[in-house]
Amino acid sequence: MPMKLTLRVWRQAGPNADGAFREYQANDVSPDMSFLEMLDVVNEQLTAKGEVPIAFDHDCREGICGMCGLMINGSAHGPMPATTTCQLHMRSFADGETITIEPWRATAFPVLRDLCVDRSALDRIVQAGGFISVQTGNAPDGNALPVPKQDADAAMDAAACIGCGACVAACPNASASLFTAAKVAHLGFLPQGQPERYRRALKMVAQMDLEHFGGCTLFGECQEACPKEISIDTIGRMNKDYLTGMLFEPAENQKAAGAG
Amino acid sequence: MTLDARIPSGPVAQKWDKHKFEMKLVNPANKRKYHVLVVGSGLAGASAAATMAELGYQVSCFCFQDSPRRAHSIAAQGGINAAKNYQNDGDSIYRLFYDTVKGGDFRAREANVYRLAQISVNIIDQCVAQGVPFAREYGGLLANRSFGGAQVSRTFYARGQTGQQLLLGAYQALEKEVAKGGVKMFARTEMLDLIQVGGRARGIVVRDLVSGKISSHVGDAVILATGGYGNVFYLSTNAKGSNTTAIWRAHKQGALFGNPCFTQIHPTCIPQSGDYQSKLTLMSESLRNDGRVWVPKREGDTRAPHLIPDAERDYYLERKYPSFGNLSPRDIASRAAKEACDSGRGVGPGGLGVYLDFRDAINRLGRDKIAERYGNLFEMYQRITDEDPYQVPMRIYPAVHYTMGGLWVDYNLMSTIPGLHVLGEANFSDHGANRLGASALMQGLADGYFIIPYTIGHYLAGTKLEPVSADHPDVRAAERAVEERTKRLLSIGGKRSAQSFHRELGRIMWDKCGMARDASGLREALQRIPALREEFWSNLTVPGSGAELNQSLEAAGRVADFLELAELMCTDALHREESCGGHFRTEHQTEDGEARRDDERFAYVAAWGHGGEGKAPVLHKEPLAFENVQLATRSYK
Ligand SMILES: Cc1cc2nc3c(=O)[nH]c(=O)nc-3n(C[C@H](O)[C@H](O)[C@H](O)COP(=O)(O)OP(=O)(O)OC[C@H]3O[C@@H](n4cnc5c(N)ncnc54)[C@H](O)[C@@H]3O)c2cc1C
Ligand code: FES
Repeated sequence: MPMKLTLRVWRQAGPNADGAFREYQANDVSPDMSFLEMLDVVNEQLTAKGEVPIAFDHDCREGICGMCGLMINGSAHGPMPATTTCQLHMRSFADGETITIEPWRATAFPVLRDLCVDRSALDRIVQAGGFISVQTGNAPDGNALPVPKQDADAAMDAAACIGCGACVAACPNASASLFTAAKVAHLGFLPQGQPERYRRALKMVAQMDLEHFGGCTLFGECQEACPKEISIDTIGRMNKDYLTGMLFEPAENQKAAGAG
Repeated sequence: MTLDARIPSGPVAQKWDKHKFEMKLVNPANKRKYHVLVVGSGLAGASAAATMAELGYQVSCFCFQDSPRRAHSIAAQGGINAAKNYQNDGDSIYRLFYDTVKGGDFRAREANVYRLAQISVNIIDQCVAQGVPFAREYGGLLANRSFGGAQVSRTFYARGQTGQQLLLGAYQALEKEVAKGGVKMFARTEMLDLIQVGGRARGIVVRDLVSGKISSHVGDAVILATGGYGNVFYLSTNAKGSNTTAIWRAHKQGALFGNPCFTQIHPTCIPQSGDYQSKLTLMSESLRNDGRVWVPKREGDTRAPHLIPDAERDYYLERKYPSFGNLSPRDIASRAAKEACDSGRGVGPGGLGVYLDFRDAINRLGRDKIAERYGNLFEMYQRITDEDPYQVPMRIYPAVHYTMGGLWVDYNLMSTIPGLHVLGEANFSDHGANRLGASALMQGLADGYFIIPYTIGHYLAGTKLEPVSADHPDVRAAERAVEERTKRLLSIGGKRSAQSFHRELGRIMWDKCGMARDASGLREALQRIPALREEFWSNLTVPGSGAELNQSLEAAGRVADFLELAELMCTDALHREESCGGHFRTEHQTEDGEARRDDERFAYVAAWGHGGEGKAPVLHKEPLAFENVQLATRSYK
């Protein structure tokens, strides 16, 4: 049964332009369509009328690249748990419903156009220390260092983060703590990640502050919104690593962290 | 033009070591004087950019997504091969080499494949050191599985997210170098043309996808790691943005295109559900380990699957290929599905699907065991189709997945344009006419971490490169040409969207140049594609302007290039009068419907040169010699 929907979509012509909601009718929506396919159809209709289609980011449409991300009726990635916008299907909505669609809202994520935002701040947090410093070519044999299965599994749980920014969008403080903590936890669970463990936490947290993300007050909205179900426990781990770093790391690394 | 693949002399097992020793080196203090442009941040591009920066080169890296971490490599699920022989099950470099040459149906270059198998072991070490959380056994050592019909367990994996984890490893290495200043990263930046000065690749013209500004970057060498072109079929398992523009522009400037018609069609994808369909989703091949593939025996049998008794089901893979059964190679399984549907026995909407049934496995092993093995895949399937595969058999259908063809490169991964190197899925190199599962990730990382860092030095050290400034006349001319083309796309003022042309092109390609091809269909496609292209250039509409974020304009540019590439693919498919790997010409099959290769006439790489606007492409041949693996007919019976 095709559905009829009313869409209230945030339109903004550019980074410095004013934005506003505009209403569109989407008739003939199949419940088997994905949310983005529904927007594709609306965009084809706008194009046919000579209007500028709605800009939104997406690429893999399989829930893994982290490029898509819309606020749908006030929820990051919409109503379904553990689901990215591209994996959300129209059968999750009711015929006749009005759906409000907005970009991620955060000071650190300026709007570029319509529903597209600039998330490069997340890359800069990784640049600050979200890696293991190993040059190509000087790795020992892969089995030289056994990793307990439970540690490898815990690392993988955290490493599943797709960097979409839903945690930031969902957080009342627009904090990037879940994103940052996921990387700190991923590398911190592994023996390979130990040498830089505390320094990494100090530097990544400092960068997060520099990028104007808000502080974490453990609301837990991030965990609810996360399409990969990253646990908020990672934030506890990050805080511990950060404190350990403040106590025991050499002064130069603490300075980089801006003392909290 | 004589094609020189520059394959080092000597026994295959020693070629790469010997070559590494013989190649010229750039003095460490001089490396920072060289600037290398890397287009693409997938496994191939990110690993290359990070490693070259570690060596001291100045690197600029480009991608069209908003972050390098989102390259299409992220979507790979199943795993990555390596000849570690950790399982003590008889694997070796030689066996991986052998399997790859044979799996590619003898249309790949032996020397390259051997090197790939050699390097595979270093890749795993490198990724482990970077913190890639590969699956492990209770003893803490790396786990393996067998994949895609291989008879040894050599596939390493990180749950169903191997590509994601490998790419994050490469991305983190890249960001580490960005922080140090060795790499400048340009995200949301699309390469629209190559710049040559004095017959060498010296730069690229790009469009900033946010501001729309067109500008140039110049350097000493250019590396394209821009992925595959499967989206020429519109519907494929590739990410929506995957495109051919970078390699197609380079091809039009003189880089030969190798085996453009070699496409891999993956047998286990979720069938299309409607006209609005925007992409197809792959279901991991591992499902075929426990699922049984069948269709009803009777044409037009519309009973629900559980009402069809076993005697009235055709488990056609088990029937036709008793020794490999449901694990037959991709090309064979795909074609068999198509035959079943063509004979009117397909299931689901439009009859374009076959069942992948877990009933027997659930009865044998229990639901919990199946959930443990495939739980996340079942969930994904249910999310998309709203059907529960524990109760109802899955419906699957083949979909375009990978392109073995790509720009022709020599042993050093350099194209026929000096200074232009091509890595990963964008080149034609190692998979011949059919790629084995879990070998694309291996190739991308081999190219990026372990091959180009050596061969780029050899090129730079052996070439006298004059400095090129941003206002060099050739640079300005390339930039102006891109500006003109962009204006042209914006000013057609017709009625049809780029997407509508793309869909139509995709349908032609799928019908005529897809799983099975024949001369009359290909000739028909060669009539229809130019006509469609003509309509595109007279009836396209692109709303908005060039000086802003304009996704319609991005799409239009990519579709324009697909419309040209498609014609070359059909030309190549028509000329190759044999069946091999993913290329099945219905005229060339055995009596029982198997592919018939013609080694006498076609044991070569077809490397096509651009003939000029409106002119036929020019065929060059690189003959393939099989000195180690004996030419033999593949048999999976
Ligand atoms: C669903 C799926 C599952 C797969 N699973 C497996 C698997 O299990 N094992 C396996 O071995 N292989 C698998 N493959 C294949 C494998 O993932 C790809 O072949 C491989 O990742 C390609 O890597 P790449 O680095 O060559 O290109 P990509 O990862 O596609 O990267 C291309 C890069 O180029 C950039 N780019 C492209 N054009 C331009 C331009 N004009 N300007 C600027 N930048 C540009 C993009 O932004 C991107 O950064 C799978 C493929 C798919 C589709
Ligand atoms: S488009 Fe890739 S996660 Fe949604």
